[in-house]
Formats: sequence, C-alpha cells, structure tokens
Amino acid sequence: MELSLATRTVADHAVLEVGGEVDVYTAPKLRERLTELIDGGARNVVVDLDRVDFLDSTGLGVLVGAHKRLRPMGGTFSLVCAKESLLKVFRITALDQIIPLHPSVEIATGTRTDGIGAQPGQARTGPADSAGPAQ
Amino acid sequence: MAMSRVRLAFTPAPVHVRTARLVGVAVARRVGVAEELLDEVRLAIGEACSRAVALHRQYGLADLVQVEMVDGDTYTVRVTDRAPVEAGLGLTALPPDELTNESLTDEALTVGVGFALLAGLVDDLQVRPAEEGLGTEVWMNWPLRAVPGGARRWVGE
Repeated sequence: MELSLATRTVADHAVLEVGGEVDVYTAPKLRERLTELIDGGARNVVVDLDRVDFLDSTGLGVLVGAHKRLRPMGGTFSLVCAKESLLKVFRITALDQIIPLHPSVEIATGTRTDGIGAQPGQARTGPADSAGPAQ
Repeated sequence: MAMSRVRLAFTPAPVHVRTARLVGVAVARRVGVAEELLDEVRLAIGEACSRAVALHRQYGLADLVQVEMVDGDTYTVRVTDRAPVEAGLGLTALPPDELTNESLTDEALTVGVGFALLAGLVDDLQVRPAEEGLGTEVWMNWPLRAVPGGARRWVGE
C-alpha cells in the first residue's frame, strides 16, 4: 500500500495523519512533509500513526529526526499509536522512552473534553472530525 | 516433508524491499509459520533487505541482493549482500541514550535502530560472512507450528 499523508490543525498542533506502509522506499516522503511543516513554522507536531500498516527502521529514523529538530526550537513532537504491532517496534528500539506516545489525537493535543490526558487548563473542544475511538 | 526453497534476487533499490517482504511472508504463511509471528517475519525480512540495500548503495555496488527462503523443520531466511565483510559485520544496535545524540547522522541512526529491531525480533539470528564470495548474510530462523503426530499444519486445513 502506498503512503498517504494528510495534515490538519487541532488546537495549536499540526497533526500529520499517516497511512499505509512507512519503509525504506516511502519514508523520504514522510521526512519531506515533516520538514515542510517545521520549516513552515509548526512547533507542536503530532504524527498520527493510526492508519499505518507497517513501520520500519527508516520510518523510525525519520520520526526521531523530527523530534531532534523540534527540541532545540522549544517545540513538541509526539505520536498517536494504539496498534500493538507498532507499539512493539517502539518498545524493542526503546524509542518509547524518547518520543511521547499517545492513544488518540485528542490526548496528544490536549483537546479531550473529559480532562483525561489533558493538562490542567488546556482542555479544549476539538473539531468534530477529530473524534477518535473510545479509549 | 522434503525441504523446499524459494530464491529471490533484486537490484539494490528501496522500491524492491517491499516485494521481498511480501514474498517472504507469503512463503512463511504457506509453510506453516504461526500467524502471530508473521508481523515479525515481515519486519525482520524488510530490515535485513533494507540493510543490504543501504550497504550496496554506500559502496556503489550494482550486484543483486539475494534472499533465500528455505523450509524444512524450521523456516530459514537468508539475506546476502556483497559489501565488504568488515562493513557488514561492523553494524551494531544503538543503545537508547545514543538515539537522540545530536551528532548522530540520520543514516547512522537508521542503521542502529534497524539492527536493534532485527536483534529484538528474531530469537535465532546470525550476521556472518557470506557462504560464497564477498559479503555478509543475515540468517534468520523461525519455528513452524507443531501439530500432534508430527505432521505439518498447512494453512486452510
């Protein structure tokens, strides 16, 4: 399956929805899009991996690269991932200790209205299409 | 059950790694690797092939990357590159605290993460000089489903 990339804004976060397979062939497209986002001024970036079927070391390298670029800028970088097969990849490589992983976009962006996962005073109502599966 | 073998060779280009993954998993499924291991098989074959492609590109080698899948009592996949042995054997997994090291290049990071994945996914893994000619091979082995009576369980049975 080809890589699909779609960007939207949730609160003050740029949310990049990724779908398909992220591997040695498609990862450069992901790197390019993340670079565009950061060069375009995005400082709080969330990559939603919910529709990703496959993620290899090249894709992981791109994600770590974006994390490393944003850090000295005072930005934030986090991932949305609830699939066990992908979570295992983060655990094996210990990247789960470096990049914050969240089960939903709402929690990653602090827009979940029931307060769970949101920082005090940061709970906001997100757009209707950002509703994720019940946690 | 007689041993059977599938061989695949591809130009060292990233676009072909997916093909190798698909073939490797198709063979694994056919020969009876447990369903819950197939994600690991797919990822490990992809990592081994990506590693070989990266080495060939690093050394400007046009030689084909070779993948051999053999089933007998177990399922064995061997991915062979033609890069200098010292380069292939010198790759190691990165410890977690090195991953965000600012001086680490993207390539070094990907190689380190890739090796960490291979080592973490495959219990029975060897990286060793190729059996024939120059290069190294990543040798991976997975068990097949055991069924009462010793017969192999085939998908669909």
